[in-house]
Amino acid sequence: MKENTPSERLYNGILKENPTFVLMLGMCPTLAVTTSAINGVGMGLSTCAVLMMSNLIISLLRKFIPDRVRMPAYIVVVASFVTLVEMLMQAYVRPIYTALGLYIPLIVVNCIILGRAESYASKNPPLASFFDGLGMGLGFTLALTIIGAVRELLGAGEIFGLRVMPESFEPVSIMVMAPGAFLVLAVLTALQNRFHAPSATNHGDRFCSGNCAGCMDKSCGIGERSEK
Amino acid sequence: MDFLTTLFLGIISAALVNNVVLSRFLGLCPFLGVSKKTSTAVGMGTAVIAVITLSSAITYLIDHFILRENLRYMRTIVFILIIAALVQTVEIILKKKLPSLYKALGVYLPLITTNCAVLGVAIDSAQKNYTFSETMIYSVGTAVGFLIAIVLMAGVRERIEHNDIPESFKGMPIVLVTAGLMAIAFFGFKGTIG
Repeated sequence: MKENTPSERLYNGILKENPTFVLMLGMCPTLAVTTSAINGVGMGLSTCAVLMMSNLIISLLRKFIPDRVRMPAYIVVVASFVTLVEMLMQAYVRPIYTALGLYIPLIVVNCIILGRAESYASKNPPLASFFDGLGMGLGFTLALTIIGAVRELLGAGEIFGLRVMPESFEPVSIMVMAPGAFLVLAVLTALQNRFHAPSATNHGDRFCSGNCAGCMDKSCGIGERSEK
Repeated sequence: MDFLTTLFLGIISAALVNNVVLSRFLGLCPFLGVSKKTSTAVGMGTAVIAVITLSSAITYLIDHFILRENLRYMRTIVFILIIAALVQTVEIILKKKLPSLYKALGVYLPLITTNCAVLGVAIDSAQKNYTFSETMIYSVGTAVGFLIAIVLMAGVRERIEHNDIPESFKGMPIVLVTAGLMAIAFFGFKGTIG
């Protein structure tokens, strides 16, 4: 597939470099809000909106932002869109806004967004960056929905609020509480390793070495900048 | 209730009962990423305590005296910029004045800007309308909770390093399972404080 076309970017974000399962970025919202599938979708789509718009704007401004102050500049762009999304959600989708709560403003520090800004949008034309954001955002939404659905299924016997388990099923309520988040993600990544799907855990060096801290060292440049 | 009791209960509640990493999922990235060795975990934890304490004090003052009611929607932007600037400033000052401390904590400082625990604590205490002393108790307690969690995690990871782990669970999955079990243990604190 040709590089940097919209369809290639979408494929890359959703499957090849899925931010959650392959790059393992943005773990905090992934684990915190996935108590149900619908919360996962809400968080995923709001992150997706921020990611698309910030990628587009940063790509348009890439020739104007001086290299030395690029991080603060990116942070301001991202924070503005997060504020925008927060206000829109507060006005139009109140239940999801209440359920996600503190984690909406925290989209600012989601490493996927700054990571894409630094490693993709700052080097590529606006259209490709926009679709990169869309692909990554949809990949994130997909991952959050899967984790949310598994937790909701085991913890409440429902998916998207619809009952799927038989009456005799006793909900494992720990799955919708904090420990369940870690256990579900652990099993999902273990399955991924079992079937040799590429992920940060088995291709440590190829990607971001499995965490934001590692990502900050390499692609996001904050680590490099401080050494100069 | 007298002041000392409030202080004690506040810190216990923020550090153990509502542990920042294990029950609220803030600061997961350094928790999973920088917990391979106990010594680095202690360094990261100490740096986080310093930054969270300073940043909550400053964001509280800015929120109360500059943003107030009518500029409330600017919180996210202003807070993250304050934190980023603060981290840079602390880094520069340490480098100049306390090179030994800079050597110990310096590498962790740039990573703290994107630690969601820092921004999370600042926004949370602003949204809950805490007073200055409440904000300080809450943020110090939270930061201590982070230190406890990351040091415990590093201790466990050092132990399981050479153990015989199923092939599929090597690397991140076993760390996540460990975190899950720790979260269950911290569940035990629930209900100790009303």
